[in-house]
Amino acid sequence: MSEAIGVQPVNPVEPFLRTERMPHIWCPGCGIGTTVNCFARALVSSKLPLDKVAVVSGIGCTGRVAGYVRLDSFHTTHGRAIPFATGLKLANPELTVVVYSGDGDLIAIGGNHFIHAARRNADIKVICVNNFIYGMTGGQVAPTTPTAALATTTPYGAFERPFNLPFLAESSGAVYVARWTAYHVRHIAHSMSEAFKKKGLCFIEIIAPCPTLYQRRNHFGDGLEAMRYYKQKSVVRNGANTRDVQIDLQGEIVVGKFVDIERPTLKQAMDLQLRQKLDLPPSNGGGSHELD
Amino acid sequence: MKPKGDRVLTGTQFLDGDQACCEGALAAGANFAAGYPISPSTEIVERFASRIPAVGGVFLQMEDELAASIAIVGATWGGAKAFTVTSGPGFSLMMEHIGYASMTETPCVFVDVQRGGPSTGLPTLPGQADMMQARWGSHGDYEIIALSPNSPQECFDLAIDAFNLAEQYRTPVMFMMDESVGHMTEKVVIPPANEIKVLPRRYTRLPPVEYRPFRPSPEGIPEMVKAGEGYRFHMTGLTHDERGYPAMDWQVQDKLVRRLVGKIRDHAADIVRCEEKHTFDAEIVVVAYGITSRVALKAVEMAREEGIRAGLLRPVVVWPFPEKRIRELAGRMKSLVVVEMNYGQLFYEVERAAGGRVPTSLVSHGGGAVHEPETILAEIRRAAQ
Amino acid sequence: MNSTEIRIAGFGGQGVILAGMILGRAASIYDGKYVTLTQSFGPEARGSACSVQLIVSQQPVLYPYLTRADILVVMSQEAHERFAAGLMPDGVLLYEEDLVRVNGTAHAGKAFGIPATHLAEELGRKLILNAVMVGFTTGITGVTSPKAARNAIRDLVPPGTDALNLAAFDKGLEFGLNRYGSAIQTQQATVPEEASSMTFRANGSKHDS
Repeated sequence: MSEAIGVQPVNPVEPFLRTERMPHIWCPGCGIGTTVNCFARALVSSKLPLDKVAVVSGIGCTGRVAGYVRLDSFHTTHGRAIPFATGLKLANPELTVVVYSGDGDLIAIGGNHFIHAARRNADIKVICVNNFIYGMTGGQVAPTTPTAALATTTPYGAFERPFNLPFLAESSGAVYVARWTAYHVRHIAHSMSEAFKKKGLCFIEIIAPCPTLYQRRNHFGDGLEAMRYYKQKSVVRNGANTRDVQIDLQGEIVVGKFVDIERPTLKQAMDLQLRQKLDLPPSNGGGSHELD
Repeated sequence: MKPKGDRVLTGTQFLDGDQACCEGALAAGANFAAGYPISPSTEIVERFASRIPAVGGVFLQMEDELAASIAIVGATWGGAKAFTVTSGPGFSLMMEHIGYASMTETPCVFVDVQRGGPSTGLPTLPGQADMMQARWGSHGDYEIIALSPNSPQECFDLAIDAFNLAEQYRTPVMFMMDESVGHMTEKVVIPPANEIKVLPRRYTRLPPVEYRPFRPSPEGIPEMVKAGEGYRFHMTGLTHDERGYPAMDWQVQDKLVRRLVGKIRDHAADIVRCEEKHTFDAEIVVVAYGITSRVALKAVEMAREEGIRAGLLRPVVVWPFPEKRIRELAGRMKSLVVVEMNYGQLFYEVERAAGGRVPTSLVSHGGGAVHEPETILAEIRRAAQ
Repeated sequence: MNSTEIRIAGFGGQGVILAGMILGRAASIYDGKYVTLTQSFGPEARGSACSVQLIVSQQPVLYPYLTRADILVVMSQEAHERFAAGLMPDGVLLYEEDLVRVNGTAHAGKAFGIPATHLAEELGRKLILNAVMVGFTTGITGVTSPKAARNAIRDLVPPGTDALNLAAFDKGLEFGLNRYGSAIQTQQATVPEEASSMTFRANGSKHDS
């Protein structure tokens, strides 16, 4: 527990934050801040040139991450962070483009973009904070809500089968797929650094508590209680078959790095195909052509 | 295979409006397009996909119009000159990102090759019923710039203007074609590249500590940056201050939206553009745009042969609307006749501008075909009595 | 009348659209006329019927679509059935005589047949019947000058097929002059003055066949 939310006198991630925008909007016990902390640590350890890192978010609680990180950051429309990021990256290939958003944003309204970005292996790092609920709008059911969990729009319990996100990501074509909970801060930061170094669509799911709307409504206690639960019920199984990592209400949570493969990125595949067919000079992307 | 072609296809070409629009975009420096197939606009991006590798840039077919319309916003902030192309149902799907591009002051171009609607309507036949959607389609208050070409030559010429206006005012610009103009083939003269005026993006020269991405110039238009240059800026579709930071209060809202509206409204006189034929002595003025303006001109000429002093006013730039000019004409006309391929969209703008000083009538058409000149002539005759 | 309305129709694969593009480009770019070309789009355009329309004029074309055709070029029976009624009473009908049976006598005096497919086959490629038809149309109607048409062919046909297509064009042109040479004078007097004058334009581009 102390590892997860430990507060040092001087926060080493502060330089990565727009401190003038603090306090943030997240509730006490919310897991999103924890993931941002990990993100900052991953940026430090990976030694990325920070001027070349862009964060793109959609709408929702996690969608606010873009507003708090001191990087080129884009708060886009609901569900469309991924196609925005796809355009941004193609136009400016030297950027490391991170999409940082929630489960509802990325997988419900943005689900189509998610599977297509994975299919085409766009070189973007997708960090999905999954709190099983729509937080910003007040606790509605999400495509990740475990069956039988309570939400404002499923007052008698969710009756749909939720997505198994790592399986969805892998079968759609993601080259890197990992899942951790907000308890696994070192693992999260490590996975993020790996993703920063890797080419192609990397997907990191982070199970995080929404104490206000998910935990409390379902009588799962507060944020601290959630950490205890993550600690007890999560099982590290690197390389697990993503088919087998579905999450149930209060059941075991399989975490780990599930997928780490190589495949040409969208831009590499595009360039390769064009170069095979056309007599082109090397690297002919939009971003390599200055406009002014 | 050797890649063919220069960015600017200088020379005399025989192109349809869709192809000419693509050439205009290329000549304007467009190096990024995203789209989703939809008739009758697809030929524009098909040509772009074929042309762009040789001249430098990217085309990506996206999974839908929502994706296409925001990929161009992302690409613009990455430094590209970007546009998307659609029709009818796809234009409806793009509305959110027209609002987003307005709010984030992203210079980009949306091409809508109008077809008959509503809904799926008439996929391969002309319409002009998206004009109000172009103006008001996204939620919230904003001003927009929209151009309406009436020939393949203008699809080329005005496409360049559309990109330039987008840069000048840091705004999305609507390029409102119609199926008829998009699919008709005519001579298109493309000048040498050095004779084409292309407005470069106005990137800031301020150092990052001083730069504010939404601090307006005296003209109300902020300077741009692109990602990756060390500015570490933020932008959002939320109401935001000059730093781009969200601010949920009415004062910031008022300051921001008033400026977004004002930067176009206050420059309307510079942006508005009309073509006029025979208006100097006209007592009946026909107002029409796009393909309809050509048919209307034919009717005007037929009327003149009959001795009726008819004239034509064609808004080349439809939004902002040329209300001042309409008001002037209304003061000395006998009647205004609006001809458009819908059941009354710009008609109400004309009526409003005329302010009751002159009778205003509408020759409507549901789309699927253009007006018959005789139908317009009949209304001119009636109005002349 | 200062404009000529032309419809070319046939079935998919005959190169109907390309034929229209050649005539349109020739008249527009090389003869300096105003030309507006339209074609059918959508599912109906992918079926067997295929047509392209041109308005060739001394003045800017305002109304872009055909009202009635002054010249109808048909390469299939279906096209003939569908479009013959839209031909002006004094209009000119040009048809692929092995594929189209001209019924009725409405255009008997102004109907001109050519075995274009057969002539194309003689040159070794059935696919170039459109170039034969373009040559034939040019010769009979004078809607564009042969020089302009040849330039347009060079612009538009796939690389390496120029010679073949130009040969096909010449074959169609000569066939028309040989079979209908005497009739053409009459014909060109009856087609709209505009179209006729294009053959012998005064700007130096002489009839170079």
